[in-house]
Amino acid sequence: MPSEQWTHPEPGDGPAAVAAQPSPEQVIAGLRATSEGGAELTQLLTPEGQRVPSERFDRYVEDVDDETLKNLYRDMVLVRRADREANAMQRQGQLGIWVPLLGQEAAQVGSGRALQPRDMAFPSYREHGVAYTRGVDMRELIGIFRCTDHSGWDYQAHRFHPYTIVIGNQVLNAAGYAMGQKFEGKVGDEGGEATICYFGDGATSQGDVHEGFVWAAVYDAPLVFFCQNNQWAISEPTERQSRLPLYQRARGYGFPGIRVDGNDVLACLAVTRWALDECRHGNGPVLIEAFTYRMDAHTTTDDPTRYRLSDELEEWKLKDPIERVRAFLARNGHADQAFFDSVQAEADQFAAELRDYTFNMPEPPPDRVFSQVYAEPSPVLEAQREEYLSYLDGFAAAGEH
Amino acid sequence: MTDLQKLTIGKALNLGLRRAMEEDPTVLIMGEDVGKLGGVFRITDGLQKDFGEQRVLDTPLAESGIIGTAVGLAVRGFRPVCEIQFEGFIFPGFDQISSQLAKLHYRTQGKVKMPVVIRVPFGGGIGAVEHHSESPESLFSHIAGLKVVSISNAVDAYWGIQEAIRSDDPILFFEPKKLYHSGALKMEVDTSTAPSRVFASQVVRAGTDATVVAYGPSVKVALDAATAAEAEGKSLEVIDLRTLSPLDLGPVFESVRKTGRLIAVSEAPSESSLTSEIAARVQQECFYSLESPVLRVTGFDTPYPPAKLEEHYLPDLDRVLHAVDRSLAW
Ligand SMILES: Cc1ncc(C[n+]2csc(CCOP(=O)(O)OP(=O)(O)O)c2C)c(N)n1
Repeated sequence: MPSEQWTHPEPGDGPAAVAAQPSPEQVIAGLRATSEGGAELTQLLTPEGQRVPSERFDRYVEDVDDETLKNLYRDMVLVRRADREANAMQRQGQLGIWVPLLGQEAAQVGSGRALQPRDMAFPSYREHGVAYTRGVDMRELIGIFRCTDHSGWDYQAHRFHPYTIVIGNQVLNAAGYAMGQKFEGKVGDEGGEATICYFGDGATSQGDVHEGFVWAAVYDAPLVFFCQNNQWAISEPTERQSRLPLYQRARGYGFPGIRVDGNDVLACLAVTRWALDECRHGNGPVLIEAFTYRMDAHTTTDDPTRYRLSDELEEWKLKDPIERVRAFLARNGHADQAFFDSVQAEADQFAAELRDYTFNMPEPPPDRVFSQVYAEPSPVLEAQREEYLSYLDGFAAAGEH
Repeated sequence: MTDLQKLTIGKALNLGLRRAMEEDPTVLIMGEDVGKLGGVFRITDGLQKDFGEQRVLDTPLAESGIIGTAVGLAVRGFRPVCEIQFEGFIFPGFDQISSQLAKLHYRTQGKVKMPVVIRVPFGGGIGAVEHHSESPESLFSHIAGLKVVSISNAVDAYWGIQEAIRSDDPILFFEPKKLYHSGALKMEVDTSTAPSRVFASQVVRAGTDATVVAYGPSVKVALDAATAAEAEGKSLEVIDLRTLSPLDLGPVFESVRKTGRLIAVSEAPSESSLTSEIAARVQQECFYSLESPVLRVTGFDTPYPPAKLEEHYLPDLDRVLHAVDRSLAW
């Protein structure tokens, strides 16, 4: 059953009750409920690294042997290391901004690794870990944050759509893409195609997301809605967006919703595979709420100390997505210190390459302002381009630049 | 008694909002992160603490929702002041702005008043990723029934926000985000005496050789250009439009009749924009006074480029001076 925090205020409580500050007991109770995720949380690996059997989902990870689990661990370590490096580079003025994913590695790697190459993914702007699983080189992605480019990768080759910064916008695009898969007859059996779409808990308030739910439902689109509930939309907690757990919303649109432990890579893999399977067979859509936590600021321009309690962060650190896999591997003798050290060394190398690349990225030429605005040439724009470039040449001729 | 305070634009807005809330209990602030965080630019800093969660609402993350409910609250007698986090995120609310906010007064023959202010930080030059640097004001100026204004200094910020909140018309209030916290632009604000009207075009620097008209962040560029031009012996008159729709071009006509030349500056793309409108109307009204064609210095007709290229995209002092030279050379 959903926990206490989801009960509605009494009708008679009125505005005064809304404005009243919660008592310390309420705050603590709320915190606990938040970090535990409720009784309906699907989990295969506890924070302590214990494997929990699941009648429903074990079959989706039957093939995950020690090697595969070690690879998932490695993925998460690499992704985190790159994330930390980018964060540091922003602090050093090398990036305009960074959007950290710290704490969300399992949700992203687990769901991303569940995809087949033929599937399509529509990210928001924090999905660096998913990008990695789609084979997007982190270096292709960093230009967005160094502000040299809006989107650096070939979306068709990777089947990973450009990032979207406007909240919720991409959800309808994903629904349309999935409708296309359906219209082309690409669903129906094991070999079917599916689409996954990523968005945050805050995004669930946007009209576009609701409309995406409606469209996907009425057209039976093979679309997995993957909501990473990291508890915060900048300074606003999930309670500011919803009165009930987000996964329960799916029911109102007529498709299944499920809450998975977003810090459990195995559970994220299993649940996403199940959801994609539903879609492939023509039973989609599905809403997955990955219950996780943003362990850093919203972006490098944000100051979480203004709105969030440090206790909360401390509590979530105990649920670290990487540590639990490490504990599992170590406890069961699947991996030794040499393995962990080698992954760390590889991650450091990965980060160093990213850093080198970033520091040496060429500045885009002024011409780039005008390129690729239209598929067909525009004489007006061409004239603007020429006029501006000859204006720049004037400075060069005058020796000013 | 005068009460002078030296303020940044950001602080002036904050104090102006505070004063409006103190004076009128129906004034509400609503938007994403405006409460505890004080907004991503901290313009509403401290207001929720002092006025409570029912007057400073951290809303769900939905712009159509923010603007649509503000319309309803206004029907009920409130005066909502909505904050849109960045101009690029106003578009989910475009339908509510154009279909309801701008038209209810007309549709009801004046029975429904729409005292709603939508604050929109706009413009580039902050090195941000996509959708954080645009200038969509012309799109809104095209919607009849809506007032569109912009500010460029702390005095206008302090008094302008109060004037906008007092107005019974819906107002889009564009704020130059790049200048919010500029210490160099701190200005003495007399908080005791309200100016007669903030939203009318104003000559901010007198000159005789050419007129430069600008608004929002471009006013600073125009003023800097005027200073540089003076060193070269050219005298520029600079006008801050302040009101973008309906446009107040009277002072511009007057100035052009005097100088014979006009350069319109804006960060927005030029096609079908406010600067197009200015050029059309000036040639209509001042045809016999013009010594040269009206020139425009604007963003290009491209999407806002990646920020590493924004120095090329944004009108700067050199581009304004270049246009002045071209105008004078005619
Ligand atoms: C339409 C729109 N409004 C506002 C913003 C500014 N903004 C950027 S991220 C964000 C919070 C998003 O929270 P959530 O959807 O939970 O995703 P998270 O960043 O936590 O992953 C806001 C308000 C935006 N990008 N787009």
